Amino acid sequence: MGWQAAAAEILRRAFAFGTPLLLATLGEIYAERAGVLNLGVEGMMALGAFSGFFAASRTGNAWLGLAAAALAGAAASLIHAFFSITVRTKIQVVSGIALSFFGLGITGVLGQGLEGKPLETSLPIVHVPFLDRVPILGEALAEQNILVYAGILLAFVLWFFLFRSGWGIAVRSIGEDPAAADSLGVKVELVRYLCVILGGIMAGMGGGYLSIVYRPSWTEGMTGGMGWIVIALTIFSFWNPLVAIGGAYLFGALFYLSYKLQPFFPPELLTMLPYLATIVVLVIVSASGSLRRKMGVPAALGLPYDREGG
Amino acid sequence: MEKTSDPRIPVVSLRGVTKTFPGCVVANEDVDLDLHAGEVHALLGENGAGKSTLMNILSGMVRPDRGELLFEGKRWNPRTPRQAIERGIGMVHQHFMLIPSHSVAENIALGLKGLPLFLPARKIEGRIREFSARYALDVDPNARVWQLSVGERQRVEIIKVLLRGARVLILDEPTSVLTPDEIDRFFCILGRMKNEGKAIVFITHKLGEVMEVADRITILRKGRVTAHMEASEIRRMGTAARHELAFRMVGREVFLSIGRDRVERGEPILSVKDLRVFGDRGRETVNGVSFSVHRGEVFGVVGVAGNGQRELVEAVTGLRPACGGCVSLHESAGTGTECAYIPEDRLHMGAVPDLTVTDNSILTTYRASPFSKGPFLNIPAIREWGASLASRFNIAASDLNAPARQLSGGNLQRLILARELSRNASLLVAEQPTHGLDVGSTEEIWKYLLDQRRSGAVLLVSGDLSEACELSDRIGVMFKGVMTIVEGPFTEEKSREIGLMMTGLR
Repeated sequence: MGWQAAAAEILRRAFAFGTPLLLATLGEIYAERAGVLNLGVEGMMALGAFSGFFAASRTGNAWLGLAAAALAGAAASLIHAFFSITVRTKIQVVSGIALSFFGLGITGVLGQGLEGKPLETSLPIVHVPFLDRVPILGEALAEQNILVYAGILLAFVLWFFLFRSGWGIAVRSIGEDPAAADSLGVKVELVRYLCVILGGIMAGMGGGYLSIVYRPSWTEGMTGGMGWIVIALTIFSFWNPLVAIGGAYLFGALFYLSYKLQPFFPPELLTMLPYLATIVVLVIVSASGSLRRKMGVPAALGLPYDREGG
Repeated sequence: MEKTSDPRIPVVSLRGVTKTFPGCVVANEDVDLDLHAGEVHALLGENGAGKSTLMNILSGMVRPDRGELLFEGKRWNPRTPRQAIERGIGMVHQHFMLIPSHSVAENIALGLKGLPLFLPARKIEGRIREFSARYALDVDPNARVWQLSVGERQRVEIIKVLLRGARVLILDEPTSVLTPDEIDRFFCILGRMKNEGKAIVFITHKLGEVMEVADRITILRKGRVTAHMEASEIRRMGTAARHELAFRMVGREVFLSIGRDRVERGEPILSVKDLRVFGDRGRETVNGVSFSVHRGEVFGVVGVAGNGQRELVEAVTGLRPACGGCVSLHESAGTGTECAYIPEDRLHMGAVPDLTVTDNSILTTYRASPFSKGPFLNIPAIREWGASLASRFNIAASDLNAPARQLSGGNLQRLILARELSRNASLLVAEQPTHGLDVGSTEEIWKYLLDQRRSGAVLLVSGDLSEACELSDRIGVMFKGVMTIVEGPFTEEKSREIGLMMTGLR
């Protein structure tokens, strides 16, 4: 195998493996841009994966499976939204982590009889004409599952909404200074709910991709800590959907390489890299105030909002 | 766009508005106010007089407990900021409601109706430029807010409100952050808005500025309206009327008076020499203040908010570093060299609202015997102590194990006072100790403060001139960071003099 073919293979795997990361990260970016830190991504992805597999195997329709995955993620996110927005808990970290463990636990119980059964159906693979003539990148992208393309498309759409639309201004303003948004009549709680739910939908779909497309079956804990990588990736991509594309595929490639290079290189070192990169970003971001502004850390991230003080 | 209506009917009126916040501070009591189109209505009052609360009620941020609002003569009950904006009520907050990392256009487009969903900021640039020219506001729509000066940020806020079709503009202490040049420019903008038929509320505590721009003046003190006048009337009546306004604002009338015995003045406890302190905005707000407070005396510091007294106290108590000069604390016979402190924000700084009443009673003394034994707390001793403080200082708490936030303002203040007095410190610093309290609690706290000077010295900071005159042996008047010391006793005439010094009229 020539180096070009090897590079194309790495990229192809990076796209395939990076897609669930990208989907969930896009959702988490919206939640955090609106000021809600949702550490429940791992749980929402697990619920999405399980529900997606369950619905797809029962109905024999992979699209229904994907819808079920999105719905399960949205429902799970409501738990976190309720505690962080309505109850205004000051420690959103706790309800997020609780959601993660809840999702992992309940899917483990419910999925016991389904373990190891293969899924007969899957989402279609799209062949993009002429793309395979472009060396390496084109080859890697020419024939992928429809969700891979959907992920990239969604990243552009969500970026445009966030930075070039009135809704996006409202979302970002609420994450920066909810009191200012409120004083202009923006419905802070409603927007935060919608953003957290969007986060749930995207994480659910990310999970659904795993159990319907990537490895069409159900295994307990099949998300394998992806949710935590998503949290890191959100920071790593400076809360920007376009940067998230690069970040997700980079982390996807690292994951693939950690398997491939196992004989020569401890895989733990490579799987550690996403977190290490995130810590580096955090250090850089905290170091300077003006950098902080440019990088887009939402100033009110994790803080509840109450109009009459408190 | 603007409706023409009967000019005699005020655009907005408030009738008998009352609002009380938890902690029993009455922010507004029975306030009436009329706002007319094409007029600048100055709302004067000290910090904490209830000006901002009143305006927050008008802009739908806070709901009144009692009273009603009239919009063009009809009853109106705004529940959210959005409802107030829809009626054309716009507020420029004292702390700007701008997102620093966003562009000017994005800040203005936020929540604005009638803009396209996509690329709203680009669409709005033209309108921002148009309003800029019409009102001489001059801002660049593409600049990021954090790059702008304070004056520019204020102009962004004003455009924000005007673009929403505001007919009533509430400007909360708009000049407090501006340089003299910017203030001149701001007054010019104010004139233009007035000529366009806007009703403008100008909240301030600077009397001089009011005389320059206001058509009507309402003075608030302790949440109540103490004066309501037309500016033309005051201009006609000359300085006497201005002086009267000053007194209505800082308070000269003695609500209560308590007998005070003579205490021999002893050795100096606190000496402050040539103290210089920076304010929050990096400007020097205390410019070389020297004074000493002796055993056996109450030294009052008075001043209209923003003249450096807050920074002075924070430097004395060690909360804020001084940038020059020297503060020294000496020990007094029978006391340590401690400084006890009753802060202005009694709920959040004087207490930990979620801890119990008992726990709060030892916050500053928990490390001393008998409350601590080695690394452990002596719970029975602490309980006993809490109970004894409660009975000695009349702290009416249904349950000493309930969180301190449930105490009323007066009881909370008694708790803090009890704790601080029992520290046996040589200096007691009391900041606005009776602000928001009823007459009974005020009298009680005054007595404790006067008692304290027997064993040490008291530094009293008060925005209430009558309180300072009643309690102090000497008063330092702060104006623009400089202190002038006036010796007691404080007769009617002398307190008038101090009132004028506070407002910069003398």
